[in-house]
This record gives sequence, C-alpha cells and structure tokens, in this order.
Amino acid sequence: MTSTTKPAHATANKIKRRPFVAELLKHRGNALVVPGLGSPTWDISAAGDQPEYLYSWGGMGLAVSTALGIALAQPDRRVLAITGDGEMMMGIGSLGVVADQAPKNLGILVLDNEHFGETGRQHGLTGARTDMCKVAEGFGIAKTLLVTEESQVGALAELMFKTPGPTFAIAKIAITEDPWSLPVKDGAAIAHRFRIAVGVEKL
Amino acid sequence: MTTKTRSWSDDVFAEMKARNIETVATIPDGGLTQLLNMVVADKDMRLVTLSTEEEGIGVATGQWLGGKRSMIAMQSSGVGNCINALGIPVTMRAPCLILVTMRGQWGEFNPWQVPMGTATRTVLEAVGVRCFPVEKAEEIGETFGAAADIAFNGRLSAAVLVSQRVIGAKGFGQK
Repeated sequence: MTSTTKPAHATANKIKRRPFVAELLKHRGNALVVPGLGSPTWDISAAGDQPEYLYSWGGMGLAVSTALGIALAQPDRRVLAITGDGEMMMGIGSLGVVADQAPKNLGILVLDNEHFGETGRQHGLTGARTDMCKVAEGFGIAKTLLVTEESQVGALAELMFKTPGPTFAIAKIAITEDPWSLPVKDGAAIAHRFRIAVGVEKL
Repeated sequence: MTTKTRSWSDDVFAEMKARNIETVATIPDGGLTQLLNMVVADKDMRLVTLSTEEEGIGVATGQWLGGKRSMIAMQSSGVGNCINALGIPVTMRAPCLILVTMRGQWGEFNPWQVPMGTATRTVLEAVGVRCFPVEKAEEIGETFGAAADIAFNGRLSAAVLVSQRVIGAKGFGQK
C-alpha cells in the first residue's frame, strides 16, 4: 500500500471554499464565528466583515478550545468554529474536551483540503488514511457530517447552526487560488469589537 | 474536638470566589488536588479537563471574550506546552490567569522534571506573562489575589508559581 492509496472514505476534493463558506454564513443568524488562523480567516473575511467574527492570525491548534470557552460563557448564543485540517489536527485532543463538556451551542467545521495550504501546499495528514469524522465520533461527538458536494450546504448549515451540539463536519474542499482577503490584525481591536458584539463590553 | 487547619487551597478558593472566577481549566497536578476538588464540589463552578495545557489558554481567552472569568491550573511541566498559545491572550490583551504548582525545583526526586522546572519562570516572562513566585503557604492566597487583580484589571497574563517547597517532593517510596 502506498501513501497515495485512498481509503473508502476518501473523495475528490471539489468544493470551492470561498463561495461555499459565504453561502454557509448566510444561514448564520447571530452566531459567533471563531476561525482558525490563515485561510478560514481569509474566507470569512471575504464573505463580508462582521464584528461577530473573531479573526485569527496565530495560535495554531487553539480555534476549537477558544470557541469552546466562548460557547460555555454564552450558552444561549450559537458558536461556530471553522478551521483547516492542519489546525484541527494540531488541536485534535480539544475534540475530547468538547465531548466531555458537551456544549449544545457549539458546531465545528473543518475545511479539509488535505494539505498545508498556507505554507506551500505540503502533504497533510487527512488525505490518505485518517478519517476525522470517525476521530470526532470516537471522542464522543455523535453528530457528524462528511460534506463532499456544494449542494449539501443546507444540511451543513442545519448541523452547524441549529442542531443541538456539539456537532462536527468535514467539508472536502479543493485547493484553489483565492485572492487575499486580509482583515484587521490588531488582536486587541478584534477582541474588543467581538466583546461589544457579544454584549459584554461597551465602547 | 479537632480543628481543621486552613490550607492554602482554601485561601486561593476564597480569592477565586471573591472575584467571580467560575471556571478552572486544568491538567491536574498532585498539589492541586484539594483546590480542584473544591471546584468540582461547588455547583456554581465548572472544571474543564483538558488533553494538553495549551487548550486551557484557548478556553480562558474564550471565556473572557464571552464575558466570564476563568483560570488555568497546571504543573510546571505543562507550562512548556503553553508558550505559543500564550501569544493569543497577550496579543488580544485578554486577561489570562495561571496557577502553577512547581516541580523540579526543591528536593525533586525525578530528574526528568528538572529542566522544565528550571525554565518555567524564564519562558513565561519571555512570552509576556508576569510571574508571581511564592515560597510560603500562608502567602499563596494573597499572592493569587494580587495576580488575579492585575490580570483582570489590566488585561494582562499573570502566573502564580507555587514553590515545590510548599507542595513537598514526592519520592515514590524511593530514596
């Protein structure tokens, strides 16, 4: 068996991330969105700047645990963590923490292009043998979805924004050449604006 | 009638309650057992058990972003796992309060604990965390309170380093 052999769960990565994320976010309502650093942050920024978006420029591996902290602090507000496959793998144990805390208001979406896209498209860990939906299920996150077609965006939105959580989905996205969409990078400014949007801080 | 001696864990717990710190994220340490048990027993508090200490930095930052106060409790060996993660609260100017019980510092039995125990304060300060080392049990509560106040009022990262001299070195029955 070579590293290029694809297991049964493997699929062609054909979803175009930018329009797909923009379409998903149309269903957001008032949900708070916690992206991983790099491309997921550029994706949500490109969909239209919002104060409920906690843009990230660093701290790889911490998107899900940060989103968990917010979800536990704001149990009546839906929270979406949206990150890449490399970022999720770096923080994979945080799925165990999420399963243990079982927040009903947290959805986790991994945009999976099976590569380290931001750094030169190097080989990632999710393209050959690793099935992250099974990993999430193994940790105890029962409601998972593998998204391989753009037409599944409605079902994905339902799982991420409506279904009692915690929920987890993988979207198999294509490697695409997207224009930069760089939001504000002052962390204090991002946090301040976010807290005002949550309603826990005033100007 | 026996009198129960007040422990440093009681003191820290009182300072936590006085400041509405409701969530503790942790990878446990032996020296933290009493405090963590008090958190579990309190219906108004939440213990978040982690898989690695750095997740606690994310949880604590998220708690503050959502309007709640929290802290992280860990052994000194876990501090090494947190350094890159600490860039998040430092850059966001989010308060981050860490209680560290030291190993590899005072009569340590296990040589594998010594390198990280030696580096703990240096690496925390290098990434921008203010350190409050404390050597005496009776000073831990007020030191923790002072660190919490500078963290939450100043939106800063602060760590209380509880000396192994207070906790005691464990020997696994060996010399």
